[in-house]
Amino acid sequence: MPPHDVRRSYKRPAISDQDRRRAISLRRQEENRRDAQLHARRLASTLLSLEQASSEPDDVELVPESEPDLHFQHEAAETSSKDPLDVRQASKLRGADARKCRQRNGSVLHHFPSALPNGARTRDASGSGQSYSILDCIFHEADQTYYVIDMLCWKGYSLYDCTAEFRFFWLNSKLAETGACEPPSHYHKYRFSLVPICTCDLSGLQVAYSGAVPYVKDGLLFYNKHAHYQPGNTPLALVWKDESCSQYVIDTDSKGQVPSQQQVVLELQDDLKLVTSDDPPVVFGCSDLEFKEKLGLHSGNLLRFAISDGGLSIVDGTLEKADLHYLGKSNRARAFADSYSKVMFQYMVRHSPLRIEDIVASINLSIDEGNRPSDVEIVG
Amino acid sequence: MEVTQILLNAQAVDGTVRKHAEESLQQFQEQNLPSFLLSLAGELANDEKPAESRKLAGLILKNALDAKEHNRKLELMQRWLSLDQTVKAQIKAFLLKTLTSPALDARSTASQVIAKVAGIELPHKRWPELIESLLSNTHLVAAHTKQATLETLGYICEEVSSEVIEQSEVNKVLTAVVQGMNASESNNDVRLAATRALYNALGFAQANFSNDMERDYIMRVVCEATLSPELRIRQAAFECLVAISSTYYEKLAPYIHDIFNITAKAIKEDEEPVALQAIEFWSSICDEETDILEEYGGDFTGDSDIPCFYFVKQALPALVPLLLETLLKQEEDQDQDEGAWNIAMAGGTCLGLVARTVCDDIVPLVMPFIEENITKPDWRQREAATYAFGSILEGPSTDKLMPLVNVGLNFMLTALSNDPNNHVKDTTAWTLGRIFEFLHGSTLDSPIITPANCQQIISVLVKSMNDVPNVAEKACSALYFLAQGYEDVGPSSPLTPFFHEIIQTLLHVTHRPDAGESRLRTAAYETLNEVVRCSTDETAPMVLHLVPVIINELNHTFAAQNISSEERERQNELQGLLCGCLQVMIQKLGSSELTKSVFLQSADQMMTLFLRVFGSKSATAHEEAMLAIGALAYCAGPEFAKYMQDFYKYLEMGLQDFKDYQVCAITVGVVGDLCRALEGNILPYCDGVMTQLLKNLSSNQMHRSVKPPIFSCFGDMALAIGENFEKYLVYAMPMLQGAAELSVRTSADDDEDMIEYTNTLRNGILEAYSGIFQGFKGSTKIQLLMPYAPHVLQFLDSLFMGKDMDELVSKTAIGVLGDLADTLGSNAGPLIQQSVSSKDFLNECLSSDDHLIKESAEWAKLAISRAISF
Repeated sequence: MPPHDVRRSYKRPAISDQDRRRAISLRRQEENRRDAQLHARRLASTLLSLEQASSEPDDVELVPESEPDLHFQHEAAETSSKDPLDVRQASKLRGADARKCRQRNGSVLHHFPSALPNGARTRDASGSGQSYSILDCIFHEADQTYYVIDMLCWKGYSLYDCTAEFRFFWLNSKLAETGACEPPSHYHKYRFSLVPICTCDLSGLQVAYSGAVPYVKDGLLFYNKHAHYQPGNTPLALVWKDESCSQYVIDTDSKGQVPSQQQVVLELQDDLKLVTSDDPPVVFGCSDLEFKEKLGLHSGNLLRFAISDGGLSIVDGTLEKADLHYLGKSNRARAFADSYSKVMFQYMVRHSPLRIEDIVASINLSIDEGNRPSDVEIVG
Repeated sequence: MEVTQILLNAQAVDGTVRKHAEESLQQFQEQNLPSFLLSLAGELANDEKPAESRKLAGLILKNALDAKEHNRKLELMQRWLSLDQTVKAQIKAFLLKTLTSPALDARSTASQVIAKVAGIELPHKRWPELIESLLSNTHLVAAHTKQATLETLGYICEEVSSEVIEQSEVNKVLTAVVQGMNASESNNDVRLAATRALYNALGFAQANFSNDMERDYIMRVVCEATLSPELRIRQAAFECLVAISSTYYEKLAPYIHDIFNITAKAIKEDEEPVALQAIEFWSSICDEETDILEEYGGDFTGDSDIPCFYFVKQALPALVPLLLETLLKQEEDQDQDEGAWNIAMAGGTCLGLVARTVCDDIVPLVMPFIEENITKPDWRQREAATYAFGSILEGPSTDKLMPLVNVGLNFMLTALSNDPNNHVKDTTAWTLGRIFEFLHGSTLDSPIITPANCQQIISVLVKSMNDVPNVAEKACSALYFLAQGYEDVGPSSPLTPFFHEIIQTLLHVTHRPDAGESRLRTAAYETLNEVVRCSTDETAPMVLHLVPVIINELNHTFAAQNISSEERERQNELQGLLCGCLQVMIQKLGSSELTKSVFLQSADQMMTLFLRVFGSKSATAHEEAMLAIGALAYCAGPEFAKYMQDFYKYLEMGLQDFKDYQVCAITVGVVGDLCRALEGNILPYCDGVMTQLLKNLSSNQMHRSVKPPIFSCFGDMALAIGENFEKYLVYAMPMLQGAAELSVRTSADDDEDMIEYTNTLRNGILEAYSGIFQGFKGSTKIQLLMPYAPHVLQFLDSLFMGKDMDELVSKTAIGVLGDLADTLGSNAGPLIQQSVSSKDFLNECLSSDDHLIKESAEWAKLAISRAISF
């Protein structure tokens, strides 16, 4: 038996560059796989879908947090006015991890270094996973700024379970600390900025409604202060707008024109019903097998319709009948059908809009009734 | 012709005779294996026969029992087991008889063959009388038989695992071995064989080391053997101590004081082979203690397996001077000799390990040595002082080192430029590299590289790159770490003003005629890579200019035709380095839209060259080209489709590379890149790729580490081609199911590597499911997935119940639950509601602290609520 030779590496770094190249490639592939996966799940889009037909191709306007659902409409009618609130659909960007911005359909819009926590590469790569932040943002093309409307996760600390009030407080105090609101530099490619947040009383509404902002305003976002973050449609975060606080009250088509008839996107189900993205979905009509086969449609397809002269028939707050005219398949980038509230808001805007006066009146009414108006906050 | 003559002819000088003999042996073996093996054993046992024919007979016999390649090995084992009992008994008898032969070579060969037979038979509970009959030999008077028998016992312990031999037999073996090692054994050959046998038997001695009396006895005998007048015995005894230090660290406390004295004496006075082992003992103790301290973070609790006894810390005041002394025993030109290993190198390496183990405490013990020696006229003293300084830079705190480094840096820069001795310069450049590696970077408060000294540092390093190859190589490495420290420097790097000069110098180094020595060329390219990786937007135009330069270099490697195999090898190595370099640039330039569009103009050229690299035979070059292509596919996106037709055959070739499984694994990763880049356009190539992937999965020749990425790749493909994955379902799903079941069953295993592998495998399987479900989302064919849903949910449930998955698996698993619900919708509602995963597992993940798990769980919750509300 020969002696056992022990040799240790002498004056050699522990890691070879070849190993590093291999490791970096693997990491890149894992990241790409995760992106593809998130894209497939349209995780980001569980909030709102991307509306390509918006007047601004790059989706620059300030948009609402979420849409009210069917259930809410009854409550809304009781507490504020008889009309459901609605949202305008536009692209909302969600920064999933501080260095990437995903579009609502989950695809990455920008990939850039930022002054957000861990928004740029640091030497200590091990901390990266922990130091993860998720911000709800809207990218405003004109001033190349990400306007932050909500904060879901900060340096790995989850804010999903925190009330809106606390999230806004945290957002206000933390974002500025990081230097993310500083003007852009090579190293901090896009500026982040906050949108004004007001308590929902008369003066707050006044500021939010007519106060000057550096971006193109597109309506007001109403949050219930005590609500936790909820992906998807929720009555606890609503949007409203009119001609004075938004350029885009009525939806435009892909050419930026307001179509003569309101257009809606509905999902074709297995049972041939045409439904909204709500949970549970609202049925707008029914297709037939012949139609489906003739056009080569599958269940799950998103289809675009115009609401014809027959309009929508609503009985006791429930949709009875819709006069739909098929236009074609919707844009591929869309993740979801329209929500009921969106369709209804657009319908109302075209027929009998909910006016600012109605909201003012409802605030006054709340005060009269001894409700606490401060339970609601407005984000401009 | 009788076998003796054939065996002798097989070693003849005359090639024709040799070839003929080899053919005869082959023929004999094929015609009648039992008789062939029997006659070889008979030849080996026959003392009348010549030594040469006996030895070759033994070797052929040994090779008939064992092979390196795993499958061949299994085949040979099976072949032996199926031989006729009487033939095997006769062969074994011949082998045992040979142990008594006066011919040393024959005995020694027989020892090895016996161990091979034992390796096959003992695990099958055959040849139960072997150990007993060997032990009876140890009572014989003949020293040569005793020696051969002990050697055989040692080989057997090396060959079989410890559970194969009964404790009662282990006790007897150890008794015989330790008796043979005893100082009372007058025959050195016997004592040496016994000492070496103990080395192999230590792994069997768990029970004996837990018994105080037996352990004391073994330790005493080992320590006594370190004092033997015979060098080989001392060396073998120290080897035993080294093995004991790692196997029985926790049992060493009562002996450590004596061992220190023994090792100290050996390090100071004994001959080098012995001194090296004595130093290794302490290096090994350092390894143990740093492992323990890293694992438990210093706070030992009752739950930890092994406490840290701080042996190194206790020995420190005496150990450090001992090691420092070894540093002065350098050999001339040891830096030019790749294979060199001497007491100075071992001592210096150990000093570095000690610094990592005790941290700050080492600094005051080493500084006086450095101060005293670093300016001495004798190069040995200057080099030793510098090496000591470099060795303690990893371990002690920044606070402790910073003041010293700030003073030392200037000295080092001057020495690197001006010291007349190459050895000193080599170590100085290495020390500078260590300074930059451990004490320079954005995480440190006070930088050691400042605007005031940056220029000087760079110019010294650049100048040293023209020094002799070993010094130039260290200077490149130093620059590597210097660049790395600026990885996160921000928009403006202090290296920018020197960027052009650095690149030019490194390119120049790669062209030095002596760049093949001391791996200088490799170091230069690696440094170039790191400089590019850590560069900022400011220097992007220069990196863009570098692209055609490197492309040119790569093109140039194909110019030379009809070259020697040695030159060919060098050329392949260079191709690998250049592909690596291009890969780094593709990744760097591809990360910004602006530079991406410019550099993609060179994509055609690059691709052509990468494909030519596949024409070479070098696995490393293939791997690098493949990695570069993956990076290029990611950057080019759908545009990459135009290369597919030409690239496909190499892709397939890579997937078929079982031998160089790294190439195969990387190619599998590239398939993933292609799926994401081409999406639906990958479809025409999927049949071929899937066929190969499925073949790989079912082959037992495929290295296991390739399996998880293959599964992940299924997911990538399904996601890319959607419902077109339909035709692969019948193949992929059962494979996934089988692997999933296996991965759940192995969960009880407590081998750490196995646990890690199992989790990697699970993650791969889950990624496949995830991709497949998402791929079919919205398709009319989701019904095809329904039959598989129960199993997938069962898999998730058993993972949850197994409680041994890591965070990554949890995240992927809960995501799969969401994907299943999302795609199958109400069809799977009842199934989902029945599963534990949809309740307990989901709730656990929803309240997880890990945001990634939580994010996946939120997704799953949403998808499930939709699925079950319909």
